[in-house]
Amino acid sequence: MSSSRSTVRQLGTAVRALVLTLVLGVGYPLVITALGQAAFGDRADGQPVTLDGETVGSAIIGQGFTDAEGAALPQWFQSRPSAAGNGYDGGASGGSNLGPENPDLVAAIEERRATVAELEGANLSAVPADALTASASGLDPHISPEYALLQVPRVAAERGLDETDVEALVEENTQGPDLGYLGEQRVDVLQLNIALAALET
Amino acid sequence: MTLAAAVLPLLTVVVVLALIHRPLGDHMARTFTGTNDLRVERGFYRVLGVDPASSQSWRSYLTGVLAFSAVSVLLVYLQQRTQALLPYSLGLPAVPEGLGFNTAVSFVTNTNWQSYSPEVTLGYTVQMVGLAVQNFVSAAVGLAVAVAFVRAFVARRSATLGNFWVDLTRAVLRILLPGAVIAALILLSGGVIQNFNGFTTVATLTGGEQVIPGGPVASQEAIKMLGTNGGGFFNANSAHPFESPSPWTSVFQVLLMLAIPFSLPRTFGTMIGQRRQGYAILGAMAVISLVSFTAATLAELSAHGAAAQAAGSASEGKEQRFGIVGSVLFGSVSTLTSTGAVNSMHDSYTAIGGMLPLINMMLGEVAPGGVGSGLYGMLVLAVVTVFVSGLLVGRTPEYLGKRIGAREIKLASLYILTMPALVLAGTALSFAVPVLRADIDGTSILNPGLHGMSEVLYAFTSAANNNGSAFAGLTANTPWLNTALGVVMLLGRFLPIVFVLALAGAFAAQDRVPATAGTLPTDRVQSATLLVGVTVIVTALTFFPVLALGPLAEGLL
Amino acid sequence: MSTITEPAAGSSNSPAPEGNRPARTPGGAFSAAQLAEALPGAFRKLDPRQMFHTPVMFIVEVGAVLITAIAIAEPFLGGPEASGGSEVPASFAWLIAVWLWLTVLFANLAESVAEGRGKAQASSLRQARTGTTARVIRDYAADTDPGALRASIAEVPSSDLTLGDMVVIEANGLIPGDGEIVWGIASVDESAITGESAPVVRESGGDRSAVTGGTRVLSDRIVVRITSRPGDTFVDRMIRLVEGAERQKTPNEVALDILLATLSIVFTVVVLTINPIASSSGVSVSVPVLVALLVCLIPTTIGALLSVIGIAGMDRLVQRNVLAMSGRAVEAAGDVTTLLLDKTGTITYGNRRASEFVTVGGADRRELVTAAAQSSLSDPTPEGTSVVELAVTEGFIRSAVEGTVVPFSALTRMSGVDFPDGSAVRKGAGSAVREWVAAASGIVTAELDDAVTRISQLGGTPLVVAVRDASGRARVLGVVHLKDVVKDGLPERFAELRTMGIRTVMITGDNPLTAKAIAAEAGVDDYLAEATPEDKMRLIRREQEGGALVAMTGDGTNDAPALALADVGVAMNTGTSAAKEAGNMVDLDSDPTKLIEIVRIGKQLLITRGALTTFSIANDVAKYFAIIPAMFIGAFPGLAALNVMQLNSPSSAILAAVIFNALIIIALIPLSLRGVKYRAASASSTLDRNLLVYGLGGIIAPFIGIKAIDLVLSLIPGF
Repeated sequence: MSSSRSTVRQLGTAVRALVLTLVLGVGYPLVITALGQAAFGDRADGQPVTLDGETVGSAIIGQGFTDAEGAALPQWFQSRPSAAGNGYDGGASGGSNLGPENPDLVAAIEERRATVAELEGANLSAVPADALTASASGLDPHISPEYALLQVPRVAAERGLDETDVEALVEENTQGPDLGYLGEQRVDVLQLNIALAALET
Repeated sequence: MTLAAAVLPLLTVVVVLALIHRPLGDHMARTFTGTNDLRVERGFYRVLGVDPASSQSWRSYLTGVLAFSAVSVLLVYLQQRTQALLPYSLGLPAVPEGLGFNTAVSFVTNTNWQSYSPEVTLGYTVQMVGLAVQNFVSAAVGLAVAVAFVRAFVARRSATLGNFWVDLTRAVLRILLPGAVIAALILLSGGVIQNFNGFTTVATLTGGEQVIPGGPVASQEAIKMLGTNGGGFFNANSAHPFESPSPWTSVFQVLLMLAIPFSLPRTFGTMIGQRRQGYAILGAMAVISLVSFTAATLAELSAHGAAAQAAGSASEGKEQRFGIVGSVLFGSVSTLTSTGAVNSMHDSYTAIGGMLPLINMMLGEVAPGGVGSGLYGMLVLAVVTVFVSGLLVGRTPEYLGKRIGAREIKLASLYILTMPALVLAGTALSFAVPVLRADIDGTSILNPGLHGMSEVLYAFTSAANNNGSAFAGLTANTPWLNTALGVVMLLGRFLPIVFVLALAGAFAAQDRVPATAGTLPTDRVQSATLLVGVTVIVTALTFFPVLALGPLAEGLL
Repeated sequence: MSTITEPAAGSSNSPAPEGNRPARTPGGAFSAAQLAEALPGAFRKLDPRQMFHTPVMFIVEVGAVLITAIAIAEPFLGGPEASGGSEVPASFAWLIAVWLWLTVLFANLAESVAEGRGKAQASSLRQARTGTTARVIRDYAADTDPGALRASIAEVPSSDLTLGDMVVIEANGLIPGDGEIVWGIASVDESAITGESAPVVRESGGDRSAVTGGTRVLSDRIVVRITSRPGDTFVDRMIRLVEGAERQKTPNEVALDILLATLSIVFTVVVLTINPIASSSGVSVSVPVLVALLVCLIPTTIGALLSVIGIAGMDRLVQRNVLAMSGRAVEAAGDVTTLLLDKTGTITYGNRRASEFVTVGGADRRELVTAAAQSSLSDPTPEGTSVVELAVTEGFIRSAVEGTVVPFSALTRMSGVDFPDGSAVRKGAGSAVREWVAAASGIVTAELDDAVTRISQLGGTPLVVAVRDASGRARVLGVVHLKDVVKDGLPERFAELRTMGIRTVMITGDNPLTAKAIAAEAGVDDYLAEATPEDKMRLIRREQEGGALVAMTGDGTNDAPALALADVGVAMNTGTSAAKEAGNMVDLDSDPTKLIEIVRIGKQLLITRGALTTFSIANDVAKYFAIIPAMFIGAFPGLAALNVMQLNSPSSAILAAVIFNALIIIALIPLSLRGVKYRAASASSTLDRNLLVYGLGGIIAPFIGIKAIDLVLSLIPGF
């Protein structure tokens, strides 16, 4: 009797504890939003990148530089393969989730290697791994400096630029590891391409 | 890959934890032993109708936990089912029953398994008012249960363990909320977004279209990591640049995951008045996690397996900015704590590299485990360890002055039995029942062969251990997996809690046996080593066959 | 090696040196003859209703039945089923079945051997119980005819005696049941119970009034009130205990059983789920292989030997002449943290002994020695004899003394001799002798006071010796230092106990000064002086409130409440029946120092269980490495990398693991009977040692054993 009454009483307490939902579910995120918007403005909004007054993307979200069929547009530096939607779909982030022995993945990697090697006119063995594999988010904004440098001759040729200028641009846009040791060297493809576009004009 | 690049991130984590575990651990001890109530807390107790000075028996404490969790499941379920009516639903419809049940259970049990893809399933209101709230309170429930268990070791012939509602309130208001506010601001400074912009479509540089999401991410991300919850605001979780834009935010999230679990042994030691006991537990946790992380890193760097060999590196499913070491560090910590967040896709790890996150969970989430649950899980293992080793020195085994008799060992045994039974039975049923198997093979499994079995095994292991990470190729949004994983999450969370609180009741009712030269010391390297040994051997013996049928066979092809 | 002496038919008055009790079986050893004797019992125990009580072995038996059925059916179903992609030889199922049956049988055999040792002791005890006729007194009149010399007597079989019956026993009669002497004194031969051939004196009133059924009155006549129900006498209980019939699982055993059952359940789940999970890769493992894996994983070693360890532990106590009323008490003995030891008889020899002669007033030492000896010659008490003995070492020659012996009396508190020439010697308490000297106008010097005080301060008792010459003048010759002599080796034993974490407290009726001196000499941790029974109870309560477990010995009726209160109460067999009832152990030798032995046996019991559990679980590691690759190697050749032992074939690997699993039971029977060696050491170092031997050893041993068996099996065609 008393134990069932105590159960009922505690169920009542549990319902009243919904007051926590107000504090944690409404108060807390609104306060953080207010503070975030006030203190970090642009950052809290995802660092939109504007070009000629138009937002062309986010500085930290990768995008594809391909045609509608997914073929690389040769005048642009290419991002990594993406498994998000049809590629760099911000509404469907995610990886391929293909397993380490999955024959489809092995085939895809080999096909990409051939495609990239052909596009860049390079040896098959010269293609770095990040050019062959999809990222975890499908929105990876970065490629390795190796992959960027591999693309320099082709981009320079396409745009009629001096390779050293483009190479310098890559180096300018190469970010070292955080604090010198956290993470990898990386090149933000969107930033690089914007800089590239700016170089031409 | 230089050795420094492999070791320094880990070293950073170790140093920061060494610095913060004392103040944080002591703060938590004060939080749960202090007698003063803050004014805002007194207000809460008035609303709740709770006398903060009253103390509950283990049964009453358990009733509180279960009642609170039941109401929470119902609340989150209802929010999902009525999503279309809620503001900021982004035009998304109500979540279907099965998925709604699975998700509600998942967040209340601190699992944060996501059968859904957030971008296409949940609006901001459900994420904020439903899921993020559970991120706080499910962690607080874990803390409360752990603290009640620790009190049992301090108590002498006591019938009570403290007051659940007070522990819950204090855990939220004094530990998790302040921590989350600080963490959210730091994440914001690192570029994690916090807005209500919804999806915006932009014209890309090449003239294509790209959808850019928005959302109150930083506030949710902070507690998702601090509370070892792990449910991502986006499908890609902490791999998404809006959740973790840079290597340092990723390491910061690693620290958030570890902060409370690695400070709780200090809290434990402080509360029982024997700090060394806490450090013995901490030592055992640290050794297991270091070995696991090292093994996983080596496995991933080895690039073993067909795909990694084809690409030259195991970079499928990993972000360029994190690299292999940063990915494995996050994945290891996320599965060693019961977080389950990912910044890389475990499904695409090499076979052995992917087996280690699986093993991390199979250890029972004790090294250091989830917020609260890691400590009580490790203490139960310590009870079993002391039982066997206590016999070896010729005394009725006792831990911290509490005798381990038939009732105590029965409860500890039930605790330990629960998780493997759920994992193995769930996985076996999925393949043994023809209709389920057709569904699993046809719909759920992405990768063929051995890896497909690993996906299912990983799912049940993740659910039973309330981790929430996945071999995400698995399509879990099916009637069978939504239901089975939901039930497994519930049982995997609350059966152990029942046993732990019952065990706490049994210990609290006992007197404390004073330590003599004949008492087995449990605060030395010897005992910590033994604890590691028992933890590893119990896990190995239980899961060796299934591992041999999945990742081991795959990795040794 | 052991021999079992058949008890002489009908006991005689002249007890054999070994009594009627069987020769003590050396712990641990067991002979082929014993095995043969135990074999029928081992088969009887195959009854599933009995097996059910040891769940671990029950699982093995069920598996054995299952595999036997499969082995029989296989030829009709088209030969042995391939397992995990590997073919198995035709004899595989049969061999597995045979070894599973052997596993069960070995476990039963172990238990039978242990029980057999008890049975031998029980059968000799039964001799003591059979065929007694009791002479029951009708209408016993305690006031008018306490000796029942005139009462009418009825002869009834001892089995018909009930509580409260009064019986009379005369010389050469067997005491028909446990009871209390209400009248008379007798010397009793208790060798049937204790194995001790010297008769003991039992008398009404006081602390030596209890008699045990089955013992024999050698002289005189006693009236005894029966204090036990029929079939529940001390001997009956002893029989049940040594036979193991009354064996109840002890608390730690129950807890361990739960842990073992849990492990068994986990492994059952593991094995049951293998085929469904393996089916995901289209692999199927045959039932014999699955059962083999299950049997190898569940803790069969400790499961098989757990009860043996318990029985053997009780047996070890019985061999040391201690009867524990429950296994619980034996376990509690291992947990004891405080030992209460009576000073007299435990720490010191029962009596004070003369240790020194101190002359005073310039007396001649020779004169003092002679006078002291002469005054003690007729003093039969141990104190008296010890004075003479000491005197002899100082050159005194025993000879008959002419004169009147003045015996010690409570009134005079002196003893001595009055010689025919009028001279006299006296020895006694200081004040009494002083008065005697003063009465004979002698002088008492301050030097005497100094000597007396010094001896008192050392915890000794001074006996003053004086002489009165023929002229009637008395003078004090000196003092005899009577001293409590601490038994040899005690300080070392107490130090040992300290390292084991056990505190010793000496209980004495002496004054604090004396108590302190003796406590220091004996090396006990604490003492309780001028102890009354109430003080003792208070001490026990205080210790227990602090969480300590208290053990004590006692024999008197006034010890009974304390014995009952103590966690381990060892009653002396010479004690009252109240004491024996109150305690949870009885020491048949009535040797209070045995408490220390009992503690060791209790610890040994737990350690042996822990050691075999650790060993059993550690074994699983190697068995996995034998069986798992073997199970799936056909389907996943890569798993050969796990075949670290390089076993010959899947079939030989699995069979080798099963055979090892069976043989290890046999190999460990001696250890479980003997118990793991226990050395007094800190818990930490004991753990280190045992972990090294049984943990690490448990991991390594099966790797070697399985490999060796596999080498032999590889010689069989088909494996």
